[in-house]
Amino acid sequence: MSWEIVMGLEVHLQLATQSKIFSGSSTQFGASPNVQADAVDLGMPGMLPVLNEEAVRHAVTFGLGIGARIGQRSVFDRKNYFYPDLPKGYQVSQFFAPIVCEGIFEVPLENGSLYPIRITRAHLEEDAGKSVHDEFAHETGIDLNRAGTPLLEIVTEPDFRSAEQAVAYLKALHSLVTYLGISDGNMAEGSMRCDINISLRKQGSDELGTRTEIKNVNSFRFVERAIHSEYERQAEILERGGAITQETRLYDADKDTTRSMRSKEVANDYRYFPEPDLLPIVIDEAYIDAVRQSLPELPTAKRERFLAEYGVSEYDASLLVPNHDMADYFESVARASGAAKLAANWILGDLSAALNRHELSITESPISAELLSGLVSRVEDGTLSSKLAKQVFDALWQGEGDADQIIAARGLKQVSDSSALEAMVTEVIANNPDQVAQYIAADEAKRKKLSGFFVGQIMKASQGQANPQMINQLLLEKLESQS
Amino acid sequence: MAENALLTAPVSKLKQLLGDRTVSSEELTKAYLAQIAAENASLNAVVTVCAEEALASAREADAQIARGTTRSLTGIPLLHKDIFCTEGVRTTCGSRMLESFVPAYDATVVTKMKAEGAVMLGKCNMDEFAMGSSNETSFFGPVKNPWDLSCVPGGSSGGSAAALASGMAPLVTGTDTGGSIRQPASLCGVTGLKPTYGRVSRLGIIAFASSLDQAGPMARTAEDCALALTAMSGIDPGDSTSADISVPDFHSALSTDVNGLRIGLPREYFNDDLDSRVRENVMAALAELERAGAILHDIDLPHSHYAIATYYVIAPAEASANLARYDGVRFGYRCDAPADLEDLYQRSRSEGFGEEVQRRILVGTYALSAGFYDAYFNKAQQVRRVITEDFQRAFEQVDVIAGPAAPGVAFPFGSKQQDPIAMYMEDIYTLAVNLAGLPGLSTPAGLIDGMPVGLQLIGKPFDEQTILNAAFRLQNDTDWHLACPDLASLSS
Repeated sequence: MSWEIVMGLEVHLQLATQSKIFSGSSTQFGASPNVQADAVDLGMPGMLPVLNEEAVRHAVTFGLGIGARIGQRSVFDRKNYFYPDLPKGYQVSQFFAPIVCEGIFEVPLENGSLYPIRITRAHLEEDAGKSVHDEFAHETGIDLNRAGTPLLEIVTEPDFRSAEQAVAYLKALHSLVTYLGISDGNMAEGSMRCDINISLRKQGSDELGTRTEIKNVNSFRFVERAIHSEYERQAEILERGGAITQETRLYDADKDTTRSMRSKEVANDYRYFPEPDLLPIVIDEAYIDAVRQSLPELPTAKRERFLAEYGVSEYDASLLVPNHDMADYFESVARASGAAKLAANWILGDLSAALNRHELSITESPISAELLSGLVSRVEDGTLSSKLAKQVFDALWQGEGDADQIIAARGLKQVSDSSALEAMVTEVIANNPDQVAQYIAADEAKRKKLSGFFVGQIMKASQGQANPQMINQLLLEKLESQS
Repeated sequence: MAENALLTAPVSKLKQLLGDRTVSSEELTKAYLAQIAAENASLNAVVTVCAEEALASAREADAQIARGTTRSLTGIPLLHKDIFCTEGVRTTCGSRMLESFVPAYDATVVTKMKAEGAVMLGKCNMDEFAMGSSNETSFFGPVKNPWDLSCVPGGSSGGSAAALASGMAPLVTGTDTGGSIRQPASLCGVTGLKPTYGRVSRLGIIAFASSLDQAGPMARTAEDCALALTAMSGIDPGDSTSADISVPDFHSALSTDVNGLRIGLPREYFNDDLDSRVRENVMAALAELERAGAILHDIDLPHSHYAIATYYVIAPAEASANLARYDGVRFGYRCDAPADLEDLYQRSRSEGFGEEVQRRILVGTYALSAGFYDAYFNKAQQVRRVITEDFQRAFEQVDVIAGPAAPGVAFPFGSKQQDPIAMYMEDIYTLAVNLAGLPGLSTPAGLIDGMPVGLQLIGKPFDEQTILNAAFRLQNDTDWHLACPDLASLSS
């Protein structure tokens, strides 16, 4: 039997604010345990939350970024449950009236088409702390540095039918939120965590099957593998006539399998009710307009513009655009050099390869956009052959100055002076009479091969600096005149 | 001035004595500390005394008085209800759960009173987590009523009211979630004011029911309450629910002019259920105001009888969440040798909380549970709105609403403790005011068989001035507020 997979995603996005959503503590990642937790974060008696306006602005920015409706009056609620790393015994979230309401997010797929995903809602909430189970024997440590970090939980409708769509959505979402500057999108540090609601149904059926929820998957690769693994598991159960248990599961990357999070499924009753310590967030049109004015160019628009303005290929655009640092870098090089396609080739080719090799991001590149555009310009104007350019690139990477300085210091300038090149060609022909004779006697195919020999000799004599196109031209003329 | 007279003098009088150097703050402080030392063993009104710190700040106050750099309460001794967090001073909230909890911060009210120069003598006993109307739920034992040691002082600010009435301090703070300032003020014969919700910051006050809790002063006179309210009030960036509204100088704006003041008497308060002697006293007080030019009107608050049910859904619901943080993990009481996490939670909370607190947590948890939310919490929120609208309509006709502050006088220990509903009825006249967020005060209205009873005056939102003025006039024309228990007989 053939099964259709149906999925909805919940993404917990950590918002890039200086301080926590309800306290003045820093949100910086990686500090020693509990140094970034004040009396509010610890849930000390008498402490009260004060809403961080920056978090609200980020949420509204996101809503406008996906063209969603902004809740004019959104309300915080308390979500009640006991857990050692939840200091107050409740999480402040938005249940009844979220700040971002329904919207549609157009996800670019690999084939260049856009796949619309319905966003149900996105709401603000505070993160919990972290329980540390493996550092102490028979005890659990609690680190509350993360408690109170602002999160935007983005919930979709069950619109996904494949792992590829889910990953494409997450990548597009990651791209969008980093463009908007509302999150650092650092998945390794937990800035973007994904819960996957997944069910199977018979092909052609309209009914939804019983779903499971896979919690806290934190990389694109794991999302894909978790979905495949859970699909296999559910399909196997359904194939033999079994029933899916509605439950929360965890993806174990080491075993590439999902496992049930709780031995017995306890239906959680979170007893949501409006948080009396906070006022409703009231957002008026003026505020929305101001945020809208400050929206940057978004990935979809940038992609269109790169195609039109720079004439880059669809494929190159799909690689340049998602990371806005990369897009900015490209745009700087393209503008400064006036050679957009060449710029794209260098960035997606040698530069990306070198960055990957050294595990650096584009913002950490030892070759700035300005330096690379110097190189691209010299290739564009014919000063450098592609072979010389690679030498210059390596020297740029080593920090030996800009392209012109390196060319001068190493004498790498491509010789394009026709009289100098003519002298070289004449000399090589004079020194290799046997090969010239062979050339004259040869047919078209063999002639090509032999001309390669002459070019090689000239390039060797010029230490690689001769302009290969011009040499080809001159050589052909000379040899033709002798035959 | 005789010692006894000093102990029963209002703040306004003490300010005068400090100002003309008849007495120093240090002398005052010593006198009150001595009174606490003498009487607290029998009254149990104070749970923590800060003698050293008090004397140090009294001497600092005296230096300021000498320099002429005084503030509105410079050198005036004061006791805080033990629900206000005090930096470096144990804050118990009347609970075993916080028996040894020492906050690292002051509540905003504490900060403001300090800034005005008040001298903190210590912390007052109270019903556990402010849940109670008799002060019998305190982990530190019941507080006794200085008018009759066999009777309760009221609650939850019963320690504050008893300390004030017995001359342990001229000024005390309390909090009022459903009547916890006004009812004990009534039962102990002092003046107590619950301000409009949002008038006073809740930051640093241990939460019971966040949408209802409000701090206020208790003192010997309405004038002193006006003075203290001015000091306590104002928007606080640390409390999002504190109101962004200007704070008048309630004290300098005090007026005895009640001519034409329209006072509404809700038929629902003055019905057949009202104790006839309480009615007599309350009506006598209102007759005084009438004589002074006020006009009495009968009004309707048609949904009054829903107030108790509404309150006992909303307050426990909020409390069930507010008290979830006491889990034995980070601070407060933790059970011995927990077997596992579940055991840690269960035993820490079962052993750390008293019976009434546990009852309300359970009631609140139930009211919020799936399947019951609409029937209880949501319905209660709707009724709360309706009750608020009752008041809004009434205030289109009158300036002040009057009624009893409590259904009777102080009752003997144990008489209502086994019957929670009877105990909850103690707040029948005060709860609706919290639900509507209005200001209310209780001012003494004479004695019934030697025990005090209070008149409650309810004002429009942020119009504390009008009810203070009415009480000020009443206290100007009568001497009910001057009645005090026989201090000499207390410890004997």
